[in-house]
Amino acid sequence: MKRRTVDVLVVGAGPAGLSAAAALAASGAGAVEVLERDAEAGGVPRHCARGGFGLRDLWRPMTGPGYARHWTGAAVRAGAAVRTGVMVTGWSGPLTVEATGREGLEELTARAVVLATGARERPRSARLVPGGRPEGVWTTGELQQAVHLHGLRLGGRALIVGAGPVALAAVHTLRSADAEPVALVTDGSGPGLRPALRRPVPVLSGTVVTELIGRRRLTGVALLRADGRAAVVRCDTVVFTGDFVPEHELARSAGVPLDAGTRGPAVDADFRTARPGVFAVGNVLHGAELAAAAAFEGSRASGAVRRFLADGRWPGARVPVAAEGALRWAAPNLIVPRDTGLRLLLRTGRRVVRPMVTVSQDGRTLHRERLPRPADPERSAPLGARWADGVDGGGGPVRIRLDEARGGSSR
Amino acid sequence: MTVTTAGPVDDGVLDVVVVGAGVVGTAIARELARYRLRTALVEASGDVGDGTSKANTAILHTGFDAVPGSLESALVHDGRRRLTAYAEEAGIPLEPTGALLVAWDEDQLAALPGLAGKAKRNRCDDTEVIGAGELRAREPRLGPGALGALAVPGESIVCPWTTTLAYATQAVRSGVALHLNCRVAGVRPADGLHLVDTARGPLRTRFLVNAAGLHADDVDRMLGPETFTVTPRRGQLIVFDKFARGLVRHILLPVPTAAGKGVLVSPTVYGNVLLGPTAEDLDDKTATGTTADGIARLREEGRRIVPELLDEEVTAVYAGLRAATGREDYRIDARPDRRYVTAGGIRSTGLTASMAIAAHVVDLLADTGLALGAPRTLAPVRMPNIGEASLRPYRDDRLIAADPEYGTIVCHCERVTRGEIRDALAGDIPPATLDGLRRRTLARGGRCQGFSCGAAVRRLFGAGR
Repeated sequence: MKRRTVDVLVVGAGPAGLSAAAALAASGAGAVEVLERDAEAGGVPRHCARGGFGLRDLWRPMTGPGYARHWTGAAVRAGAAVRTGVMVTGWSGPLTVEATGREGLEELTARAVVLATGARERPRSARLVPGGRPEGVWTTGELQQAVHLHGLRLGGRALIVGAGPVALAAVHTLRSADAEPVALVTDGSGPGLRPALRRPVPVLSGTVVTELIGRRRLTGVALLRADGRAAVVRCDTVVFTGDFVPEHELARSAGVPLDAGTRGPAVDADFRTARPGVFAVGNVLHGAELAAAAAFEGSRASGAVRRFLADGRWPGARVPVAAEGALRWAAPNLIVPRDTGLRLLLRTGRRVVRPMVTVSQDGRTLHRERLPRPADPERSAPLGARWADGVDGGGGPVRIRLDEARGGSSR
Repeated sequence: MTVTTAGPVDDGVLDVVVVGAGVVGTAIARELARYRLRTALVEASGDVGDGTSKANTAILHTGFDAVPGSLESALVHDGRRRLTAYAEEAGIPLEPTGALLVAWDEDQLAALPGLAGKAKRNRCDDTEVIGAGELRAREPRLGPGALGALAVPGESIVCPWTTTLAYATQAVRSGVALHLNCRVAGVRPADGLHLVDTARGPLRTRFLVNAAGLHADDVDRMLGPETFTVTPRRGQLIVFDKFARGLVRHILLPVPTAAGKGVLVSPTVYGNVLLGPTAEDLDDKTATGTTADGIARLREEGRRIVPELLDEEVTAVYAGLRAATGREDYRIDARPDRRYVTAGGIRSTGLTASMAIAAHVVDLLADTGLALGAPRTLAPVRMPNIGEASLRPYRDDRLIAADPEYGTIVCHCERVTRGEIRDALAGDIPPATLDGLRRRTLARGGRCQGFSCGAAVRRLFGAGR
């Protein structure tokens, strides 16, 4: 077993990890090393063949693979060592990881570790969808890789579960694999579900999947509408889209507490977990956001990592955030009192047309705000946090509640 | 070595044909391989262990709760001893976790001493009734309300997939011909032989063994008047994420009541936790689907037994069919006039008893007139390790140094390397499907179910065949 030491170890070479590594290496943080378990760096954008990347952060339209190459190049040019095909499999010390790669096992000790391990879609089994276990059942992630990286052709009819942005990506991927998307199925409802597609696909809202039918091959999917009507859609493929869950294995095996809402490691605005020296950025914190948001988190975290390398300081008690009402999670979810730079992402469990946010601690209301746009379970809404001034560092959890403002409707 | 998947089957006269390559059929074929016989193992599916043998609770039983004096009791006792030794020799994942039969009410508590007595009559002498305090000390994450337990230290968990594959591999390496995709359609007498009509043409054999599991009654009917009927009893099971493994130390068994056997919570050798099974008597021998009711009922039971289990992600949900025959024992019978032995009604203890069933069946064949000759020692097999308790290739520095393919992790959740996938695809009995590959390597079987590795595994599977 080889043993080595670096200054900063970044686990995961997606947009968040690469942008963190690029910023850290560029600013003289010392030896910065990125370990990627996949054969190539770049993360999920590598298999998103569609455009739409880059506009928000790099000011030019890019494809997913182009965006992945940009951040890989940025990290490498800045001087970070980006190593692929090396998987961190566990911890052997507070800031020491074990890794496996073609060169064998190694133990890497760092002064700071940045977890950027991303998120995955919940597959059919984790969603507890009953029925057979036939061939033809996919997540978007597996489908995109099979089609865009390995040239898979599917043909036939395909049903898509979900109606958010990832479902639209699945529609495009299916079409490029010569499959016919027959419908999008979602248990949600409301006007937010008219996806912008040049060739529209019917949306079955208020509908749940009750059974996958087929023994060797999928032959159909049984559906149940909210009004009690049942139907079977004949299809050869079903894609389960969205419903992301953080890849929190390394965080959990380090004993880093998770946030109950996000199921990712709980962090403060400086991306610091509960364990000194361990940071976390990107989709491992909260499930999938746009690639640009992940990259932005990575570069923002680099400042905090550098400060920690310089002064070794780590905050003691921080105040946890509790999500209430229609709010599913808030991130970051540990609050350092008087942190005026704090800005949160909020995600609801259902669509809320006129979202009213109430922030309180120990029965004391700190802030009330009506969000300008409807809250959607497929998209996060930002919340400024000047109210963090008023948080009592020794008090109970900061409760963030999101409800329909009075007079609003659920449609 | 003969493993075929298509085309006409061999036309010569065989000594024995074994119908069904589940855990019992492969064990019988392996036992027959010890003799100089021409033996063929025929299987309807494209893989070994593709029916009941792949979807069960994966427990190596002591037989403590069998019917004392029954054939099942005897064969489970003997089979456990044999398979424990064989697992060590062949590298089959096995963990001696022990079991706790947990009493949740006064009636169940009162039943424990009786069960301890029954265990003794089944030659399981080391059980022990423990109180609530001791139970909580041994199993701290148990839900509230447990009053006591019967500890059965001899119960273990085992890998059913590796077991079946080891038997089959050793059998074919020792001369047994394995014919897959070879469903038996009929059996007729012809010139003092059995003419076995299969989907791939006729086979002629002197002796016939029925190990067709769920379809054992159908095969039996081909040889004469009906003797038994197999009723498929569906068992749905939920596999929880590896993070749940720390919640459970033992196999947590329910106390059997008049209302049924109830559901268990058990660690698996892969490092997950299993919850199930349901017990639903069905008519359809292909109904291996799960149901919303079944899943809901299991979750309710799981919440009661180990409440924190329900906070963890679910990795897989599946259902298997057990072969119930309406009798609380195996139905292993010889018909000397037909040179035929049937191993039917092998219930949930079949995995445990498999090697003893095999030895018993071969004895019966000898009684039926099959001249066995002197047995020989089989060349040992060593199976790839997919269990958490032993060294996996991704942690084996020396193995990786010798072959870097074992350092290339393809399936990240289960840490399956390209070397292992390559080996499985090049194995003596290669997988016919992605699921078959999963049963050999765990690839694509982890918490992401292929989200990150599925496409790469599919490509390796496609290229390696």
